[in-house]
Amino acid sequence: MQRTGMLREDGIHVDMDHLKKGEVNLGTSIMAINFRDGVILGADSRTTTGAYIANRVTDKLTQVHDTIWCCRSGSAADTQAVADIVQYYLGMYGTTNNEAPTTQTAAALFQEICYENKDQLSAGMIIAGYDHRHGGQVYSIPLGGSLHKQSYAIGGSGSTYIYGYCDANWREEMTQEEGIDFVKGSLQEAIKWDGSSGGVIRMVVLTAKGAQRHLYLPDTGYKGPGEQ
Amino acid sequence: MPGFDFSNHNRNAALHAQGVPLPKATSTGTTIVGCLFDGGVVIAADTRATSGPIVADKNCEKLHYIAPQIWCAGAGTAADTEFTTALISSNLELHSLSTGRKPRVVTCMTLLKQHLFRYQGYIGAYLVVAGVDPTGSHLFTVHAHGSTDKLPYVTMGSGSLAAMSVFESSWKTGIDRDAAVKLCAEAIMAGIFNDLGSGSNVDVCVITADKTTLLRNYIKPNEREKKKRNYKFARGTTAVLNEKIITREQISKYITVHELEDETVTAAAEKMDVDT
Repeated sequence: MQRTGMLREDGIHVDMDHLKKGEVNLGTSIMAINFRDGVILGADSRTTTGAYIANRVTDKLTQVHDTIWCCRSGSAADTQAVADIVQYYLGMYGTTNNEAPTTQTAAALFQEICYENKDQLSAGMIIAGYDHRHGGQVYSIPLGGSLHKQSYAIGGSGSTYIYGYCDANWREEMTQEEGIDFVKGSLQEAIKWDGSSGGVIRMVVLTAKGAQRHLYLPDTGYKGPGEQ
Repeated sequence: MPGFDFSNHNRNAALHAQGVPLPKATSTGTTIVGCLFDGGVVIAADTRATSGPIVADKNCEKLHYIAPQIWCAGAGTAADTEFTTALISSNLELHSLSTGRKPRVVTCMTLLKQHLFRYQGYIGAYLVVAGVDPTGSHLFTVHAHGSTDKLPYVTMGSGSLAAMSVFESSWKTGIDRDAAVKLCAEAIMAGIFNDLGSGSNVDVCVITADKTTLLRNYIKPNEREKKKRNYKFARGTTAVLNEKIITREQISKYITVHELEDETVTAAAEKMDVDT
């Protein structure tokens, strides 16, 4: 099988069937937003192999440093490998410089790996972190390996359904509660319309106080239990 | 240099272009499962190995040893599961020796995923990794492309759907050892009876903090029955047309005959199984 990369000749359309046969896919809904005190990352919990749900309680929010996390979409194997490498580099950076890396440093590292190996990888990542110098920041790295600093970012197959919702409901400087409601509302819509997204909603809130995990179950209409 | 030798690739491509079909690998079209319980972990597998539509082995072992307290259930290409687990077992033993600590399940899982990721899915090993280490009991799945999952109960292989239906309907939090073994065995049986790729017997491996128990052929739900009829001809079916008896005196004209002292001793040594 000859594989030439994900972008077609026009450079716009993406080949959605580029995953190898039997590969584990994160047909996903992920997002990260800025709010007044930091950032919030959110994701659904579905991983699929073809039509089969290989894991219904997946954790797609991965820690790469104390207060730098990422949302993974695309191939599970590729994104786990990339996140593991970045986690290793940031760990070394933190101990050798005796200072935590910034979110931008982490995002640049992700970009380097995603861009240099773009022909081999199918990894769409959103990086979000909190550092005392810059506060909360959100970066998005789509398939080609470009890097975009955004006030909020959405990604994965389910994100296509919520561009309108997010644009209509987005406000700068939201409170934590408003931010959680925004992420939860968006992901609920994404899960509702996208067949490859589903399960529980996981969230991570990053502030000066550190990282806090949240969980919302479909049994109760994604009302709770909330903070873990 | 370690690793695979790809020098036959061009030859194989040329051969394939001439219409020579690829050789079939023996695959363990399989049901494998694993389940955590209070104080340990249990994994189980069926024992059928297939090569296309042929059952290549009716009672193969799909539970692989990694370390005394870490075991692996393998699905996918039989040779790949066999050799990857053996390789990682070896590396983990050396690591354990050099650090002077017991090997950890996460270490094993990381070694496996990094090895499999490097080979981009061409090593067709789908594994359930389970074990108990100083940090507790752990259960993982590792896919051929190098992705991993951490769950309280897992299934893999062609019978994974049948097995998962058992877990999803009967699994509860905080089950004990016996319940976990029973549940895993039932999950494998679901695979054996409902999946064409799985069959024969149930193998189980129970790992706790103080010991590992391999229950080979824990359940044999497909015991071969004794043949109801046999097709042997009864004695005397063939008519005797003539009979000639040669005595010892007559034969000693052509060969030397030795008289044996104790007939019973040698007779026992030369005893032979004869069809009756």
